[in-house]
Amino acid sequence: MSQETAQHKTEQADLLKLEGIGVRLGGRLVLSDVTFGIRKGEFTGLIGPNGAGKTTLLRVILGLQEPSGGQVLIDGEPRQAHHNSSIGYVPQKLVIDPDMPLRARDVVSLGLDGHRLGFGFPSSRRRELIDMALRDVGAEKFADARVGELSGGEQQRVLIAHALISRPRMLLLDEPLANLDLKSEQEIVALLGKLARDNEISVLLSAHDMNPLLSVMDRIVYVANGHVATGSTDEVVTSEGLTRLYGHHVDVVRVHNRVLVVAGE
Amino acid sequence: MHFLFEPGLLASGPVRTALLVGGIVAVASGVIGVFTVIRSQSFAGHSLADVATTGGSGAFLVGLNQFWGFLAAGIAAAGLMEAIGVQRRRGRDVATGVVLGAALGAAALFLYLGTQQTSTTGASFTILFGSMFVISPDTVPALIASGAVAVLAVAVLARVLLLTSLSPDLARARGVNVRLVGMAYLIALAISVSLSAVAIGAVLSTALLIGPAATALRLTKSPVRAMAASALSGVAATWLGIVLAYDSDDWPPHGHGWPVSFFVVVLVVAGYLLTYVRRPRRLAPRSPHEGAECSPA
Ligand SMILES: Nc1ncnc2c1ncn2[C@@H]1O[C@H](COP(=O)(O)OP(=O)(O)OP(=O)(O)O)[C@@H](O)[C@H]1O
Ligand SMILES: [Mg+2]
Repeated sequence: MSQETAQHKTEQADLLKLEGIGVRLGGRLVLSDVTFGIRKGEFTGLIGPNGAGKTTLLRVILGLQEPSGGQVLIDGEPRQAHHNSSIGYVPQKLVIDPDMPLRARDVVSLGLDGHRLGFGFPSSRRRELIDMALRDVGAEKFADARVGELSGGEQQRVLIAHALISRPRMLLLDEPLANLDLKSEQEIVALLGKLARDNEISVLLSAHDMNPLLSVMDRIVYVANGHVATGSTDEVVTSEGLTRLYGHHVDVVRVHNRVLVVAGE
Repeated sequence: MHFLFEPGLLASGPVRTALLVGGIVAVASGVIGVFTVIRSQSFAGHSLADVATTGGSGAFLVGLNQFWGFLAAGIAAAGLMEAIGVQRRRGRDVATGVVLGAALGAAALFLYLGTQQTSTTGASFTILFGSMFVISPDTVPALIASGAVAVLAVAVLARVLLLTSLSPDLARARGVNVRLVGMAYLIALAISVSLSAVAIGAVLSTALLIGPAATALRLTKSPVRAMAASALSGVAATWLGIVLAYDSDDWPPHGHGWPVSFFVVVLVVAGYLLTYVRRPRRLAPRSPHEGAECSPA
């Protein structure tokens, strides 16, 4: 990213802002005082260990989880039902039965109007939109296969197309890289980076490993111990910063362009 | 064809009623059954059928047409199942187990009392195992209307139901009231089960609901085709069953036709088993992409 666009972006208002979000689950305070913002066209990595609260945070943004405190703002106003269409979502793990009578293109078609009542009559315009969305994610080869029979990486692409076809301004992906081989991982990351850049879609992607994202991430939101730290990777991922966040000593080691977070003594 | 289509088949009033009602019931069960299978609600369908038995036998006892008993009990049960939460597996199993036991116990009592009153076992048999040849022509308009309402409701909800079965969270995130949709679906299911109970009996009604749908899901890939194939195979099994039952008047023991429900259920099951005879789906890799090294399961 050039200096100039970076400058431009910091001047922009946040598309999404979380202010002092706290979440209580099963009587336990899972997250407290979470504050961060996401700007237009930015790629944000939501990083943290298992159970840190990444899925919970995404569910709060989606309106699926009521926070116990704080607020979610979209374009500076509190999140409401009409914001649903601005957010595309790819859930963490879908178990799709191989017998499910949905082809890849049917899943993408549901992204267009699956939340509406009534019939979706086929039209050439509709078909074009679906084909385009499938092409954008490189899923045209298996457009007519049942989703339940696709591999994890193939399903991931179809679900991204499902989320994108309604032209959201924000795309939330929960662990889309889990279970992917190296090649698919790189392809999906490159695809999402391109979407953020070219279509100005804000991408918020959760992962427990930040390394595959280092090349595309504009910002990191690091979740641990019920709190978040946010900023550029260099600002956030330091031994001091993460030690403070985790509440116990951790070492950050950089080797061969990879970042390793290891528990210290 | 003469050996199959006995002369006088279509001239018979009860046969024409059976073909009409059977066709409607098969279409409704076929379309709705696809979603029952996708949503893994066969258990709910079966529970509704059990409770419907109570309603049907109760209605018979007080001299009402059993369809109204099936329908009232089915819809009440659907509401109850929603209230105790069919989603929560553990609570569901225990609670429904208890409710179903009570319902079938009451059905046994009603059927017994009914038999005492009329001193025939014919009515009990009709409630439990149905008979399309004794459907009273007065109820036909109500049966057609109920079938139309259920099919229309599910057709209108089809996209939302598919999105919800893909992922309830995905649907919720798009603003779908998943619970309300589930309730509406359960009511449509109750209507469909009641219709099916009239046609082939309360005990067998799930066969017509699940069988054709399961067959269709093995043969088709898209939702619209699955619904069409399910409805068609259900109609085929029902109509062929009616024809065979009509013919069976001449079979031993002479003078008594075999129960039509028997033929329908056998044909439904045969159709399902036939799908296993087909060659296995796709042996070759679908695309070069799939052959990529260590692709995840
Ligand atoms: N319904 C619930 N009731 C009680 N606790 C819950 C509930 N859902 C989640 N939790 C807890 O909240 C914490 C955060 O869970 P969450 O799923 O958000 O973690 P995550 O960061 O997404 O983890 P992972 O990387 O494993 O997906 C966990 O400790 C989990 O046990
Ligand atoms: Mg998670």
